[in-house]
Amino acid sequence: MTATADVTPLRPVQQFELDYVALRRRQKLGWSIAAVLFLIAFTFSAWLGDFFKVTQVTNIDGSREWRWIIPAGLPRLGDFIERTFPTIRFETFWADMGEWFWRWRIWMNLLFETILIAFMATVFGVIGGFVLSFPASRNLAPNKWVLWICRRYLEIARTVPELVFALIFVFCFSVGPMAGVLAIGLHAAGALGKLYSEVNENIDMRPLEGVKAAGGTWFDQIRYGAVPQVLPNIISYTLLRFEINVRASSIIGYVGAGGLGQEFREALSLQEYTDLSALFVIIFVTVIVIDYGSEKLRHRIIGLEKGPA
Amino acid sequence: MNVTEQDTARFMEAVPRAYRDPTLVRAQKIGLWVFFIGLFCWCLYDFNFSPERIWTGLERLGRVLSFMFPPHLWETWEEWLEIFTALGETIAMAFMGTLLGAIIAFPVSFLGAKNINRIFWVRQGTRRVYDVIRAFETLILALIFIRAFGLGPLAGILAIAVSEIGTFAKLFSEALENTSKKPVEGVVASGGSRLQSIRYAIMPQVLPVHLSVLLYNFESNVRSGTILGIVGAGGIGFMLSDRIAGYFWDQVWTIIFLIIGMVYIIDYLSGLIRTRVIGKWEGAR
Repeated sequence: MTATADVTPLRPVQQFELDYVALRRRQKLGWSIAAVLFLIAFTFSAWLGDFFKVTQVTNIDGSREWRWIIPAGLPRLGDFIERTFPTIRFETFWADMGEWFWRWRIWMNLLFETILIAFMATVFGVIGGFVLSFPASRNLAPNKWVLWICRRYLEIARTVPELVFALIFVFCFSVGPMAGVLAIGLHAAGALGKLYSEVNENIDMRPLEGVKAAGGTWFDQIRYGAVPQVLPNIISYTLLRFEINVRASSIIGYVGAGGLGQEFREALSLQEYTDLSALFVIIFVTVIVIDYGSEKLRHRIIGLEKGPA
Repeated sequence: MNVTEQDTARFMEAVPRAYRDPTLVRAQKIGLWVFFIGLFCWCLYDFNFSPERIWTGLERLGRVLSFMFPPHLWETWEEWLEIFTALGETIAMAFMGTLLGAIIAFPVSFLGAKNINRIFWVRQGTRRVYDVIRAFETLILALIFIRAFGLGPLAGILAIAVSEIGTFAKLFSEALENTSKKPVEGVVASGGSRLQSIRYAIMPQVLPVHLSVLLYNFESNVRSGTILGIVGAGGIGFMLSDRIAGYFWDQVWTIIFLIIGMVYIIDYLSGLIRTRVIGKWEGAR
């Protein structure tokens, strides 16, 4: 009688309670480890990122004192932003505007150049991405070596930032928009190639089988089986990329690769603060106009009922 | 069954649109192509894509690429440490920038969500502010912050943080708008206040989406953070532009390889975290 008491199985409720406590303990342990790791990462990054740095500031009376970097920098930031605002009075509105945009002829030319850089880079990116996207899709690649090489190439082209390509191309092709076009184009080819190949992987394979059954080669299959299916999505991605390229080409001039970026650099080094805000207004308006225009175009091409892809 | 000439002619007559567009559409298409090709050719001329320039450029590029192998390997530990500190700085910049951006964007995102902020003008105003913030390039923000905080990673962190506020606020408020209404109705029906309905019905739905957005933007910030050093905002970009300026091409390639490796590792790790924390949950879509 007493011997059996030890081996009486726990009642289901008790068993559940025990399991639940054990589970909660495991979960708590997991979350605490994650929290500690996060805190360590946070503190370490803050330290690497100069958050705890103390810097010397000069007071108005000329004395110097040590201060924490963030409160020391904020007044300077405010000062900088204040200086970029132009003085515009109501009485002399047009004269003030004229003074603010005093280099507008040069800026308009450079803006045009910026948009053309983006256009050409998009063309190169689309050609490169389109050609490479077919051998880089799992369902269409002729064999796995071609697939592997194309994928790695596209990955490298989009991982390395366009500004780095621009630095290298400026060395090779000398200063000017050509380096910018090639740099943005190469980066865009990597990014577009990936997006296109994802579209390619979702297509219906039956048309391709049909072409193959009728005796078509690999190129025939792509041309008549795959391309008509992916074209609407490709146009949509291309227009999106054009917007991104306009932004990229507006700053790529900073390293000497053409467009408005060069003016940014000059305005900063010559301390023409109001020029900075004028340039920003120009780029902002351009980007908004291009965003709006390409959205309208995209909806017209794809048809609104399907929704933007 | 063979298709004869007559069959083709009959079909062409029956369904002309399948064989040929109306003249107007055709003219539009041809016009568009002529315009694009003309613009392209004009660009080739204007940007001076002359064959000899391309040829000399390719020659130089070939010489630069020939330095790729073998890539430079530094000999002393100090030199390696310098490079790894710069890589770490880039990751730290992306991490802190993403986090600070998210912390500021989180409360602001509620103002831009249709189902939480019912006042039309406030909502539209907030959204336009997000747009303006997103229009600033990270690189230009970095230039501004360098003026205030000096050269170094702090300027990069703040630049990433500010540009991420706009992105996160937009994406977070879109996630809020995509939540299901039913849990909110449940909380309200059992006597909950508006604040409680947000806390107990909306937050659990959006948090996984927010976390996924956070991880995704962290990845993209690691990529874009590598260039901030070119203008002096800390990280591996400074090492890179420094080596390019000095024509140390073998070291440039090593640094580029290290950047690619770093991005791969970050992508892989964040993929692990994503599946571990979020799982395949697609509740609030």
